[in-house]
Amino acid sequence: MSSIDDEGGRGPTTPSEAHYVAVQQTPEFQDLRRRYRGWVLPVVAASLLWYFLYVVLAAYAHDFMSQKVLANINVGLIMGLLQFVTTFLVTALYIRHAERVLDPASSRIREEMEGRGLR
Amino acid sequence: MSNLTAAAAAEKIGNPALNLAIFAVFVVVTMALVLRASRTNKSAAELYTAGAAFSGRQNGVAISGDYLSAASFLGIAGAIALTGYDGFLYSIGFLVAWLVALLLVAEPPRNTGRFTMADVLAFRMQERPVRTAAATSTLAVSFFYLLAQMAGAGGLVALLLGITNRTGQSLVIAVVGLLMIAYVLIGGMKGTTYVQIIKAALLIAGAALMTVWVLGKFGVNFSDLLGKGAEAGAPLEPGKKYGISGTSKLDFISLSMALVLGTAGLPHILMRFYTVPTAQEARRSVAWAIWLIGLFYLFTLTLGYGAAALVGAERINAAPGKANSAAPLLAYELGGTLLLGVISAIAFATILAVVAGLTITASASFAHDIYASVIHRGQAPEGSEVRVARIAALVVGAVAILGGIAANGQNIAFLVALAFAVAASANLPTILYSLLWKRFNTRGCLWSIYGGLLITITLIAFSPAVSGDKNAMFPHSDWAFFPLANPGIISIPASFLLGYLGTVTSKEHLETKYAEMEVRSLTGAGASRTALEH
Repeated sequence: MSSIDDEGGRGPTTPSEAHYVAVQQTPEFQDLRRRYRGWVLPVVAASLLWYFLYVVLAAYAHDFMSQKVLANINVGLIMGLLQFVTTFLVTALYIRHAERVLDPASSRIREEMEGRGLR
Repeated sequence: MSNLTAAAAAEKIGNPALNLAIFAVFVVVTMALVLRASRTNKSAAELYTAGAAFSGRQNGVAISGDYLSAASFLGIAGAIALTGYDGFLYSIGFLVAWLVALLLVAEPPRNTGRFTMADVLAFRMQERPVRTAAATSTLAVSFFYLLAQMAGAGGLVALLLGITNRTGQSLVIAVVGLLMIAYVLIGGMKGTTYVQIIKAALLIAGAALMTVWVLGKFGVNFSDLLGKGAEAGAPLEPGKKYGISGTSKLDFISLSMALVLGTAGLPHILMRFYTVPTAQEARRSVAWAIWLIGLFYLFTLTLGYGAAALVGAERINAAPGKANSAAPLLAYELGGTLLLGVISAIAFATILAVVAGLTITASASFAHDIYASVIHRGQAPEGSEVRVARIAALVVGAVAILGGIAANGQNIAFLVALAFAVAASANLPTILYSLLWKRFNTRGCLWSIYGGLLITITLIAFSPAVSGDKNAMFPHSDWAFFPLANPGIISIPASFLLGYLGTVTSKEHLETKYAEMEVRSLTGAGASRTALEH
């Protein structure tokens, strides 16, 4: 660890805590933070609620889950496969959100810091 | 004694020499790759994280290789074959869990840490106590997970090589362990990652082949396959395993909590996020892993019902590995000796690769967190950390061999669930708090890790999984007072609560340091320092 910090001292400046606090206070960073948390926290919460709804149904609603829908395909199987679908969907949506919204915003902030010699 | 009766009841299947030969080809090919990869294996960064030089796609395949353990492949296929829908529930928890990892946990460590889980947790805390705690829980999770994999090796050996006596099985477990140590010592993270990638490709391709084959046997009619499976005793409704009583239902809820919250706290998975250069690549690698793992679990659904319909519960139960032998028996039923040989080689490769990944994680945690940071306060003599990591890998390997021999015959799924329960209770709450809560501090961290670890292990020790049940580890004694085999429903909320209480009762404020952590984890600023290091 120490050798890296030494290198940092000779080249560009290693950002100090004060630098980070200053960046954290900027509207740009606050915006990035909101766009990150405002997306992931509700989505994680919803995904877990959806999962536990499924788990509780599987444990306590046998009659509901056993209803046949199409030949031998029953509600339980469809509910289970829907968990796969939602997992894939959330993955794709998050990658899109991150690449379209989060990455450009975070690179701007990082490049702005590096532009000031902080790296 | 039970081994003898099992051997008598089991039919002779496959050709042990062929199984062994196919596995030997796998070992020779991967070992050649590992030897090539090992030329640059000198620094700690090379040993632990392959110099962070893998792409997101490579790492994603390797993550799926790390995650799709013997418990996933053999365990879930067997569980579906014997209990139907309830086996499928496992795979759903294992998959949905990745959303927690993708959305919350994959990217920040890449930007704030270098080698281990403790790097992230100790970022703004008092370093030495937090690193000690994080290393302790890392070692605990790795130990239980290792036991599960090595115990699985025993049953597999019995089935595939026709070795039914305990000494012979122990010998093979030791050989698997020694091979694994060789991969880790020679190849480091780079070599191990190549093994994971090859193994994941083989595993997914093998499962895909069998899935198509099974569907072909039923005229590509999935419903027909399900119907035949159900007739053979693998019901299409939930409840055969977990629906027996109020307690078993609660046990299932508890298990589900550990599965869905444990993945993002598994130290060997967290460590994989350090093998890529940026947070974007870490994110891509998780997305790749989710596609591959999801696809694989869809295959296991077909394999499980296929095994029920084509092999049947009676033959599966009579085989030496019981539920774990469902997939290999199905392979034999479909493609005879050759397919059985291929599938068994893949299963062995699976155990080998997962165990190697765990060993790297455990040895890195010991050498980097305990030896270099706690004992030498970051001033360890040049090169000594790598030497200690190699010795630690030897010790971990020895423990895995001995533990695997002792745990031979134990229920793999239970041991893996145990590892997930510890990860979900001791690791995940601290990881989430430390990434998302600026007030979080050292005491909260320590209470949550040690409290979560202690509560989980105590509840398990006094659960029906250990004593007081005919399927328990000690079936003839009874000291159980906790009714559930899975402690998650108590231990996970308790650990979150302890993290909160510890934090608010401590006067330590680390909000300034949190500013650094938050800016770095969201923007990657300052992360170039870590990438420049080699």
